[in-house]
Amino acid sequence: MILKTLFSQLLTRPPTNRFPAKYMPKSVLGFLGRVKEGKAELVPPVPVPPRFRGKIAYSREKCIGCQLCIRVCPAKVIEFLPEVKKIRMHVARCTFCAQCVDACPVGALSESPEFLLSDTDRRSPALTVE
Amino acid sequence: MAEAQKVYEIPIGPIHPALKEPIRFTFQVEGERIRGVDVRPGFAHRGIEFMGLKRNLIQVLYLSERICGICSISHPIAITLAVERAAGIEVPPRAQYLRVIFSELERIHSHLLWAGVAAHELGFDTLLHLTWKVREEVLDVLEELSGNRIDYSIPIYGGVRRDIAPEQYPKVEAMIRHYRGLLEELLDAFLRDPSVAARTRGVGVLTAEEADSLCAVGPTARASGLAKDVRQDRPYLVYGELGVRAITPRDWGLEPRGDVYDKAVVRLLEIGQSLDLIEKCLHEMPDGEITAFPKIPALLAFLKKAEGEGLGWHEAPRGEVIHYIRLEAGVEEPVAWKVKAPTYSNLMSWVPMFRDQEVADIPIIAASIDPCMCCMDRVHVVQDGSPSTLLKEELLRLSRAKTERVLQGLSRVGGGA
Repeated sequence: MILKTLFSQLLTRPPTNRFPAKYMPKSVLGFLGRVKEGKAELVPPVPVPPRFRGKIAYSREKCIGCQLCIRVCPAKVIEFLPEVKKIRMHVARCTFCAQCVDACPVGALSESPEFLLSDTDRRSPALTVE
Repeated sequence: MAEAQKVYEIPIGPIHPALKEPIRFTFQVEGERIRGVDVRPGFAHRGIEFMGLKRNLIQVLYLSERICGICSISHPIAITLAVERAAGIEVPPRAQYLRVIFSELERIHSHLLWAGVAAHELGFDTLLHLTWKVREEVLDVLEELSGNRIDYSIPIYGGVRRDIAPEQYPKVEAMIRHYRGLLEELLDAFLRDPSVAARTRGVGVLTAEEADSLCAVGPTARASGLAKDVRQDRPYLVYGELGVRAITPRDWGLEPRGDVYDKAVVRLLEIGQSLDLIEKCLHEMPDGEITAFPKIPALLAFLKKAEGEGLGWHEAPRGEVIHYIRLEAGVEEPVAWKVKAPTYSNLMSWVPMFRDQEVADIPIIAASIDPCMCCMDRVHVVQDGSPSTLLKEELLRLSRAKTERVLQGLSRVGGGA
């Protein structure tokens, strides 16, 4: 049985997705730079399901500064900005439980499908939501 | 050199390539045979219960989820049951069914993970890659239903956070059909394979008497022939209505011997049992509310007023997990939180399992109880900067002293009530 499975795999495509490129580039950062310049093509990641819990999206206009999200956040991601009564989120700490989304009384927070969040600086703009 | 030393000590761990998580074994070895073993846990202690006492109950829920990545629904289910008993919260029936569905999905992925690890420890890497390839299907379904591959964040006090939408039913049913077809192939690859049987038959034997006296739980106990399953013995959620029966190697037509092979039998058959349970839940699940507290501020306010103590138990993939919690009115944080993970109960069964085995069988015997150190480590004793041993009398004295301290605290807070 196992031999049958093994031989049939010779004829099928591999189940893994070759992300970010079909063959490992010499330098990933260099490859990503070439992708930005349009010289190389990125193999897209596996698509996420509709209600995926990715990076939290924040609508600054809707936020009323009630701090309920800060009370329920288990990872202490959210910082309150008292002078403007808004919040700032440090995504590097986020555990993606989306409890803040459930808690927000005005729907200012939502789950976005974005999940490629690696960075070398935890305070970079890509990892800060405000 | 007339009287040469015959028994040597081999230390393995705390950090060792053969171990997935830190723990230290000291084996007494005579030639290739293991004559005795000393197990020393405590290297993955993170003080998680102490952290829980400094957070409000909703934060503690997600902290409990991170006790273990693989049992990431077992701990939240146990803690929500404990808090619901303490605070007297009624869970809507649909939410109970949904919790069962998620916990059985978790059991499937955990047992497949174990099967792959076991194949790898035997040097059967082809089987490892095959099992982990098929494991992706259930992870995809979990991601579809919950939004996360692991750490699903599904249970909350009073219900669950996400419903299964009508358009998601076919996906779950397709997964069940897929695994039904695959299960026969997996059973074939593991249980009817002569090389797997040669490496696992008679290896790491835990007799029924030893399992009983050492209080082994979960598949470790069931492989020895003890029909012991929390879902059957002390039903919770809707497990009583679903009629769960503990699976032992007798279901595979074999008399239980308690070796590694029997543990594989139990775990693989439980995948089929979980598929049946999920299918039954999908059919029988009533419509209705999925949580008793749709608004989070209302839940926080209710929990702040709640007072009492509660115990929550759940049959995790590795065995019985218990959470104890005590709440006091006026404080958001729990006053006491105690977690007992299944590996804590199974740890001592290593000692008889290792006796008179070969050194080469250490990895598979260690893996056969599906250990999870990060779940289990609750204490690490450090004195004068170096680890030391606490004997039973000393522990007893400390425990009694703590009871007295707690009682004094109680009379001060409760005014002798």
